[in-house]
Amino acid sequence: MELIFLVFILMLSIFLGFELINKVPATLHTPLMSGANAISGITVVGAISLAGTGQQDLSNWLGAAAVALATVNVVGGYMVTDRMLAMFKKRGSK
Amino acid sequence: MGLAIQMAFVVAAALFIFGLKLLGSAATARRGNMLSAVGMLLAIVAALLDQGIVEYQWIVLGFVLGGAIGAVAARFVQMTSMPEMVALFNGFGGMASLLVGAAALATAGSTFTLVTIVLSILIGGLTFTGSLVAWGKLSETIGSGAVTFRGQQIVNSLIVAGIVVSAVMFCLQPESSQWLYLIIGLSLLFGVMAVIPIGGADMPVVISLLNSYSGLAACAAGFAINSNILIVAGALVGASGIILTQIMCKAMNRSLTNVLFSGFGSVSTVET
Repeated sequence: MELIFLVFILMLSIFLGFELINKVPATLHTPLMSGANAISGITVVGAISLAGTGQQDLSNWLGAAAVALATVNVVGGYMVTDRMLAMFKKRGSK
Repeated sequence: MGLAIQMAFVVAAALFIFGLKLLGSAATARRGNMLSAVGMLLAIVAALLDQGIVEYQWIVLGFVLGGAIGAVAARFVQMTSMPEMVALFNGFGGMASLLVGAAALATAGSTFTLVTIVLSILIGGLTFTGSLVAWGKLSETIGSGAVTFRGQQIVNSLIVAGIVVSAVMFCLQPESSQWLYLIIGLSLLFGVMAVIPIGGADMPVVISLLNSYSGLAACAAGFAINSNILIVAGALVGASGIILTQIMCKAMNRSLTNVLFSGFGSVSTVET
């Protein structure tokens, strides 16, 4: 893909990220952090493309290890966030 | 097929954006998390359908292993120890970006790709060890106090200088791997050094900052392997993480520099 388009995408995503978060109530700081953390596990997509090349070389092994690590981040991240948010609901806080 | 995969990534990015938006308000937060999880699932399925993938056993093994560890840890962690759990997960994400960056070296062509590889290794590495230290401090595995010693700033400056030198040397001579190992080692060391002078009470802010870094690491890895979804999602996390860090600082009535350099003593007295 054209590098310049990727740089455009990067710039727009950064601005969007800045704009998305404003006036978050203090109780939501930790869940929001945890939810965003789960998204950073997106590295798993890159790791998949490296781990499935079928070549038994170093980058294949590194990719496979990265799949495992990123999956911990993704699965654990979303589940922990959900548990935190479920607790809020039970307590009946607003 | 290629277009369908790219479209799936676009939808996944939209779901991440919407999910983050909804996570910012109490009434919709849980739905937002769900949406973003759906986006992640979509992105993973799309990645699996890519034509370049010819072998699935290692991917499946990674999924099973990582999924089991993540699920068990998330399910059984005490409510009170959730922040350190987040730190640990975050560290794994950073390490994954480091590995992806290192693996991308095999196919790296241009100097630009080499620079992004260095960035993903550097940020991923310091996120990994920084998060481990943050986890250790919060869970009291290691002492939660600020660790400072004489000449700390000099040591840190030397590490930074070493990272810059080895990064430049690596980009000039990518075929000799000792510079790469040096970058990996120094970035891991730097993560430890950056977090040990910060007290345990400030750890949530640090974790939020490291979370932002892990997004940037994913973003850099995205450039290294030419993946737009990694760039978008990584940049989103990186930017929103920085803002969230700032909001958290403000809620504690501190500035970010104040938190980061409080252990060194000089800055904190000026600002408060």
